[in-house]
Amino acid sequence: MANVTNRQSPAASRLTLQVEQQLGAFQLLAALDLPAIGVSGIFGPSGSGKTSLLRLIAGLERPIRGTITLGEQTLLNTQQGIFIPPHRRRIGVVFQEARLFPHYLVRGNLAYGMRSPAPQRFAEIVELLGIERLLERMPGTLSGGEARRVAIGRALLSEPQLLLMDEPLTGLDDARKNELLRYITRLTQQVDIPIVYVSHDAKEITSIADHLVVMKAGQVRASNKLDALLQRFDLTHELGGFDAASLLEGTVIAHDATYDLTHLALDDGHQLVLPGISAALGRRLRVRILARDIALSLVPISGTSYRNQLSATIVDNTILPETPYTVEIRLAIGTFTLRARLTRKSWDEMGLKQGMQVTALIRSVSFSAC
Amino acid sequence: MTLSPAEWEAIRLSLLIGLAAVAWILPLGIGVAWLLARYEFRGKALLDGLIHLPLVLPPVVVGYLLLVALGRQGVIGQWLYSTLGVSLPFTWQGAAVASGVMAFPLLVRALRLSLEAVDPKLEAAASTLGANRWRVFTTITLPLAIPGLLTGTVLAFARALSEFGATITFASNIPGETRTLPLALYTLIQSPGQEAAAARLCVIAIAIALASLIASEWLARRTRQRLQERDG
Repeated sequence: MANVTNRQSPAASRLTLQVEQQLGAFQLLAALDLPAIGVSGIFGPSGSGKTSLLRLIAGLERPIRGTITLGEQTLLNTQQGIFIPPHRRRIGVVFQEARLFPHYLVRGNLAYGMRSPAPQRFAEIVELLGIERLLERMPGTLSGGEARRVAIGRALLSEPQLLLMDEPLTGLDDARKNELLRYITRLTQQVDIPIVYVSHDAKEITSIADHLVVMKAGQVRASNKLDALLQRFDLTHELGGFDAASLLEGTVIAHDATYDLTHLALDDGHQLVLPGISAALGRRLRVRILARDIALSLVPISGTSYRNQLSATIVDNTILPETPYTVEIRLAIGTFTLRARLTRKSWDEMGLKQGMQVTALIRSVSFSAC
Repeated sequence: MTLSPAEWEAIRLSLLIGLAAVAWILPLGIGVAWLLARYEFRGKALLDGLIHLPLVLPPVVVGYLLLVALGRQGVIGQWLYSTLGVSLPFTWQGAAVASGVMAFPLLVRALRLSLEAVDPKLEAAASTLGANRWRVFTTITLPLAIPGLLTGTVLAFARALSEFGATITFASNIPGETRTLPLALYTLIQSPGQEAAAARLCVIAIAIALASLIASEWLARRTRQRLQERDG
């Protein structure tokens, strides 16, 4: 299974921080430089300091030492005694619990942070989140998913220059999670606000983030573009394990109406055929391919149902201690890198080694559009 | 039953002094309760203790202390008289000060409990939406604490109505100025042959107390409804 999502334009302003915080026995010591555009995921197990980091960015907590800047603005500089309080940071937060104000209607909650009356924007956000019918209800009467959507709308309507989301899917059942994740994905495409998204769920965060920060025990273990981190063998266990995947980017070049398939060009020499996606020709798309969905062949083959055959070079490989029966492989396809996973037995029987030319086989039906 | 002019006078004074007492302690009480509920500071326990003193001290002591502080020769009283020309002892304003001091701990207790019950996470959420401290307090904290505010206010009002010891010590028992219901009742009991009149005042006191309880219940219910209808 693989996901297809749209992709954001390149970075302009940045969020940089360097903070030291002590909370009881827990120490947070983090230095980060994030593109303030698209979705930056902060990922790590609970207790790794993700939420603390978010609270520091929002100004809800003050670190012992540190600096935080967003674009040109200094939000915090302990040495110079600068601390911009949360209400003047224009940083929206969607908390784990929705934190709606129980004494206001949904409409009042949404309007709470609006700087000026903007009926047009209000209507757009309400429509985007599908909460038209909830406006006259009290927060106490909403379901978990509805309350989260209202909380997201409330934060968006305060016109933040940055939106922080702290595990917004926590406590929802799977169906509600997927529904809310679709709304959030839609939002990242239609609303031009950079998002910092905190989660401990690898699948959730790799499906939404452009840039990823991996936290561990109060420290930043890795911070890079998501596709680059997904290629790292040493992060396999954290970032999906069994569901380890690669991200590929391409341009929609053709639609096959007869069989309802979409052709995506990765570069001049390489194409992928995916299930039909309603995206305009020329549009950039992000495709997620699971390592275990890729098969290798020594020669191009015919008479097969594999619709995608890409010539590839084996860049490197490793065997992870957690999974001694498989070989993790990185393939170079044109300018792209793709992860694959074979049983160790196949690897040996095929006589594969680094530098060899192979054909990567990917079934079109393993892609799923979201 | 028709009320005599003296009885009317006592009722009028009681309500006036009760309301005035609540009026001056309410803003102060809200501020102090907020301070105690939301902040840690040096001397917090001492402040808490001072506020609660009137609950445990004999009211006469409170009245005496007020005389010492606010009497014309008193530390603050002297200044009040020389700069503002205000003298509190033996006036209805003085009675309102005395009964307010006695009612203050009840108000602060009720308010503090209900302010503490307001989730600070909601206040944090409001601040991330651009609300400054004052707006957070007036739109989130205080509205959510209104049930406690009402309870505290009614309790304080009832306490101020029934205040006797501190009032008679500080403001004396002057007909038409500081002779509230309890003081009028006390005066009647002191004079032989006034049992019937005393009984009448007793009934009036009970009626006023009941009416204020019912009014507070009604107010609380209405506020809850208004809070729910409000659309911000």
